[in-house]
Amino acid sequence: MIGYILRRFGAALLVLFAISVLVFLIFFATPGVDPAARIAGKNADPATLAQVRASFGFDKPLPVQYALMMKHLFISHDLTSFVNRGTLVIPQIIEAVPVTLSLVVGAAVIWMVLGVGMGTLAGAMRGTLVDPLVMLLGVFGVSLPVYWLGEVVNLITQKQLHDSVFSWVPPLGYVPMSEGIGQWALHLLFPWLTLALLYAGIYARLLRGELINALNEDYVRTARAKGLSERRILVKHALRCSLIPIVSLFGLDFGALVGGAALLTEVVFGLPGVGKLTYQALQNLDLPVIMGTVLYAAFFVVLANAVVDVLYARLDPRVRRA
Amino acid sequence: MPEPLLEVSDLRIRFGGFTAVDGLSFSVRPGEVLGVVGESGSGKSVSMLGVLGLIRTPGAEISGKVVFRGRDLLTLKNAEMRAIRGREIAMIFQDPMTALTPVYTIGWQIAEQIRAHEKVSRRAARDRAIALLGEVGIPAPEQRVDAYPHEFSGGMRQRAVIAMALSCNPALLIADEPTTALDVTTQAQILDLMRRLRADHGSAVVMITHDMGVVSEIADEVLVMYGGRAVERGSRRQVFHTPRHPYTWGLLDSVPRVNGPRARRLPTIPGTPGASGQGCPFADRCAHSFAACAEVPPLTGDSGHLDACWLPEEKRTR
Amino acid sequence: MTSPVRATAEEPVTDTPAAGRAARPSAGPWRRALGRLRRNRSAMIAGAGLLLIVLACVLAPVYANAIAHTDPFTSNASGTVVVNGARVPVLAQSTEGLGLGVTPVGPTWDPGNYFLGADNQGRDVMARLLYGGRNSLLIGLSSAVVCCALATVLGVLAGYFGGWIDAVLSRFFDVIWAFPVYLLAICLSVVLLTSGLHLGPIHIDAGSLALPVVIIALIYVPYVARPLRGQVMALRNKEFLHAAVGLGASDLRIMRREVLPNVLPTVVVFLPLMTALNMLTESALSFLSVGVQSPDASWGTIINDGLALLYTRPAITIAAGLCVGLTAVALNVLGDGVRDALDPNARLRGGA
Repeated sequence: MIGYILRRFGAALLVLFAISVLVFLIFFATPGVDPAARIAGKNADPATLAQVRASFGFDKPLPVQYALMMKHLFISHDLTSFVNRGTLVIPQIIEAVPVTLSLVVGAAVIWMVLGVGMGTLAGAMRGTLVDPLVMLLGVFGVSLPVYWLGEVVNLITQKQLHDSVFSWVPPLGYVPMSEGIGQWALHLLFPWLTLALLYAGIYARLLRGELINALNEDYVRTARAKGLSERRILVKHALRCSLIPIVSLFGLDFGALVGGAALLTEVVFGLPGVGKLTYQALQNLDLPVIMGTVLYAAFFVVLANAVVDVLYARLDPRVRRA
Repeated sequence: MPEPLLEVSDLRIRFGGFTAVDGLSFSVRPGEVLGVVGESGSGKSVSMLGVLGLIRTPGAEISGKVVFRGRDLLTLKNAEMRAIRGREIAMIFQDPMTALTPVYTIGWQIAEQIRAHEKVSRRAARDRAIALLGEVGIPAPEQRVDAYPHEFSGGMRQRAVIAMALSCNPALLIADEPTTALDVTTQAQILDLMRRLRADHGSAVVMITHDMGVVSEIADEVLVMYGGRAVERGSRRQVFHTPRHPYTWGLLDSVPRVNGPRARRLPTIPGTPGASGQGCPFADRCAHSFAACAEVPPLTGDSGHLDACWLPEEKRTR
Repeated sequence: MTSPVRATAEEPVTDTPAAGRAARPSAGPWRRALGRLRRNRSAMIAGAGLLLIVLACVLAPVYANAIAHTDPFTSNASGTVVVNGARVPVLAQSTEGLGLGVTPVGPTWDPGNYFLGADNQGRDVMARLLYGGRNSLLIGLSSAVVCCALATVLGVLAGYFGGWIDAVLSRFFDVIWAFPVYLLAICLSVVLLTSGLHLGPIHIDAGSLALPVVIIALIYVPYVARPLRGQVMALRNKEFLHAAVGLGASDLRIMRREVLPNVLPTVVVFLPLMTALNMLTESALSFLSVGVQSPDASWGTIINDGLALLYTRPAITIAAGLCVGLTAVALNVLGDGVRDALDPNARLRGGA
């Protein structure tokens, strides 16, 4: 098991390296435009351009440029935003991380609980009304744009029904946990639910399919012949095996969420997380910030995937020696 | 003659419009081995699943009587049935590769069954699992008890499944083609094992198989099924030495012989199995069928050797 | 030489007695799948809905010219419009706050006259919605086609040849797979949107619609290529392939005549699902202003336009979002139907 963990994290490091090279190539080696002009932002004066060229070593070969960028990002932490008059990028990101993590972890907990609950219910109660409802929610989960759903939620809770049902909903924004868990959770409640609802639908639908397959497996028949209760068969045998593919998907989605969908949710709900930071950088093409947030997110995704793979190996003894 | 342990009478199992088992009756005495033979689709597995209440298909209709130790199993509540399954009647399935839950150790799965029926500690259940694994011939059971199913070979898994089935000392063991998915040498070992275990534990066994060779080695009584019905029933000696039903003749003829004149070609039963709508289910594949076969023949006979065929006595020669 | 039917697309056994049935030429697997799809009611409803949406978007110029008499791509800041008999400006001075903003006219529910109201430049939202739908659908579909084609080539090559080709391609897939798709798309978009793409003979101008198509197609290649690669690797051990090799067929011929027809059903299953996914990605990128560029519209850009007016004129955002959502629902339901009919084991993204 420990060997497996080491191997898995070694692979994660390699992937991280590959991603950083890829990002580097996209930003610095795409043919067409002078990368210094890109980094300095629109209409930069010659002095700034010269400063950028020196700082990133654009007169030097590509590997040196790569090393310089990595140094700015991870060692000296002095990557600067030129569009934003010399703000340091890394501290901005570090400041934004807790917001994104609050959003994503909270949503993930809700969607896993809801998804597993609804999926199990639908799988165990096939033929009742629960089943088509869960299936429908699953289709909506993969079809509705999350940022749009967030806007509709905002419209309802902040405007249309804000004077009656939803008068308790605080204005958009983020309150750190240090100012009280209650306020923190209250501000994040609707972002959480918006994000979680769609994923819960997808997961419930997937789990239902897996569960129905598992319930037709021979080992379930064996378990019945052993004289176990239906509940124990469902939970200990069928569900336990059905969760394996769900967990591996969770790793992918959790990672993608930190970088992708959460970005949109943060923008819509005005949460100053890494996604919002990226969004603002996109509005004025602030490349150093985009590079920083992308590599941060990639780091997170790869880490999450590695953790989930290790978890996966705990769940499924068959992959441990592979 | 001792009281039968299991007595099935007029068992009928229907799925929608399709009758899988049609008026099956048989009994098993304590300690006896009943071999149930037939082609795939003859209803032999379905009838045993019906006996244990393991048919989960929605819309399945089951009728008749299944009396086990004086209680009709078909009328029992779920919880009462659960207490019998695995404790008094255990079942072994055909494919050992898929019969075990892949994510738990062998020992865990055996202990699970023990603890489902008896109030024993985890420790004690595990010790019993180790003892059982040793008994079914798994080397180094103290280590292998913590192995996962995928770490076992097919024969080892079937041994583990048998160990699990025997864990509560059942009075009746139903084995559904326990050797079919295994290679020939392993088959022989598993049969040996089952014979020995029957002697040690004294369980009665219902052995479902399509292999006449297996029946001839292990069975005391033989039940031949075709199209969801019993077509011949008798002691092993009776069925093998004086078979009475044309279908049984066909089954016996299609087993290659080691001595005697060598057949130029192994005889087969023509056609494909499947009950015809009315009359004798075997009629359209039977070389001897005649006018009377348009009606279903009853299962009749004397001195315990019964058959369901209209063929007159003088023509009962192969 | 005919290619065998895919092993996974097994026909359910019919209950009719086999004996005595007259032999007739059996329908091909595609025709049988089509028959199964036709009997799938929800998929057929979804298909009909999709057809309606596509038709409406294709007819966008007809609506703009003949019914609404408006040009959805030029702003109309000083225009007026008759609502309930009264003539009102399309863009009214905002009464809230400092009075600096403008409030466009709301939905009139009159098809000839700002049916869904105007956006903050006084353009007809309904007409923009239809034109935007053309772009959204076009980008979704063409990027799905490009993505599936590219993924099929790469997946078949990796699965068929194995060895170092497979190793290189698989590592490449792994890296893209581990990269959050939106971020990868953002990186590519940011770089390409300012300068366009000039790669050998390919020249795509900045601001061209082809740019989001290429970007979205690229980022999802591993999603499709990975399952295909696995399938081809399984085919590699099938006897009909050994037979073809034994007959001395060339690799190219085997891939074209034996492998491709066997993975094609899966590709066809992925196509509607990828179209939905790509359309959603396009709308998200456009929402982030790195997708379709002004003055072109797409449903994503319209949602973005409506964001500033969310509390005063919610119809803009809601209508555009409903368009995206309904189209995606239709595509996904249709895609599920195609999957059930053609290749029930096909799985995108290891799951949904």
